[in-house]
Amino acid sequence: MGGYGDVQMIDENGIRVDGRGPADIRPITIETGVVPVADGSCRMTWGTNEAIVAVYGPMEAHPRKIQRQDRAVLDVAYNMAPFSTTDRMRPGFNRRSREVSKVTKDALESVVMLELYPRSKIRINIEIVSAEAGTRCVGLTAASVALADAGIPMTEMVVSVASGKINDIVVCDLNKEEDNYGEADLPMGILPNTGELVFLQMDGDLSQDEFKQAWQYNMDASKEIHKIMVDALRGNSS
Amino acid sequence: MNGGPVARPDSMTKGKRATGSRNHGRASLLVIPGEDLGDSEGKEPGHGVISTGGRLKAVKRGMLRDGGGAISVEPTHTTYFPRPGDLVIGYIEGCTNNLWFVELGAPFNAILPMSLGPGKIDFGGTRSVMDIGDAIICRIQEVEETHSSVVTMKGMGLRKIRSGVVEEVDPHLLGRLIGKGGESLRRMKEDTACRIVVADNGRMWIDGELDGILEVRRKLNELSSIAKGGGN
Repeated sequence: MGGYGDVQMIDENGIRVDGRGPADIRPITIETGVVPVADGSCRMTWGTNEAIVAVYGPMEAHPRKIQRQDRAVLDVAYNMAPFSTTDRMRPGFNRRSREVSKVTKDALESVVMLELYPRSKIRINIEIVSAEAGTRCVGLTAASVALADAGIPMTEMVVSVASGKINDIVVCDLNKEEDNYGEADLPMGILPNTGELVFLQMDGDLSQDEFKQAWQYNMDASKEIHKIMVDALRGNSS
Repeated sequence: MNGGPVARPDSMTKGKRATGSRNHGRASLLVIPGEDLGDSEGKEPGHGVISTGGRLKAVKRGMLRDGGGAISVEPTHTTYFPRPGDLVIGYIEGCTNNLWFVELGAPFNAILPMSLGPGKIDFGGTRSVMDIGDAIICRIQEVEETHSSVVTMKGMGLRKIRSGVVEEVDPHLLGRLIGKGGESLRRMKEDTACRIVVADNGRMWIDGELDGILEVRRKLNELSSIAKGGGN
């Protein structure tokens, strides 16, 4: 119990190492239009995470073999900058960034109206500038804001948030210590207007009750985050 | 043929501008993807709007427009998509023996076959007539479902551009540039004594004295920055 060396990360009043309660998320800021040459872009900070996402397209898909005659393809590239972590990240793609790119692409494919742009490609570049914990959630959330900024039609915006378990207590939006020494992590991609899921992963073990609790935390947090996204998209041009 | 047909800002605005948010009781008219726009009963989903489960839903970020029974979204950012009949300004990007490839600022290059080119051209002589990098005024002949399009240069005023400059604005700003009934475009032409041809893909050909061209440029920059900074 308690992971490595029984670190106590939550006290008897449910206060976590950074002073949050179990259901609280870290502070979020979103800014759009940060990459002037891109069709759409977004900078998102979430706690000490920071991501910059640029969206280009729709454009002609190259090489030709990746074209689909009935829909557009998404080209998602998630990358962590070498300076984004305390240990220097080796530049370039690795197994983890490929995996995150793929799950992000799969999640976005279910909301972007790809059938409107046959044979095209939409390029989404996610650059993690500062990484704490839950960067895949930051990347996916920021990507959907950038897509909306680029004017690409999508049926819903995806909000991604993770809950997890520390010292056998389920908490929302894990920070670095909780993520490293905690017992489980459940990132979800949620369509907040309908409550549908487009992305679900689980790292570690959760009992059925814990799973339900984490699910509920994520659902509630997604509504809160969605509000911030909407405000950011409204503020930019109103 | 100054100006050509009045450009449609990517066909987003059919009706008049909505004057307020009375229809939906919303403080701002700016909608974002996934936003619920009310019951679809008796309302047509227009551009940027879909109808699902009896409700209307926005799929683009933009200003909400309600006109002629259709609810539509005029997006804040657009990529040009060719439609038959559009007047466009393109750049030659490639040549073969019997056709040119024309870049229109759209996701796909258009084809200009020799038979639709300017005047009579011998097989293999495409490059001597219009070379890579040349700007041309042309019209969209047809667009296939797969988005490949054919342009033509047969028609009034369609030609290679030999003087002046080509400027670009976002296609959705064209409506604002041209104004009601072409009013602001006409004023701009008079003020600057320039010849201006506005094409549907957001490009415009400006020909005239240097001072006039600079003045038009300044006005375009102003327009773009107002639109970015959130004019309305």
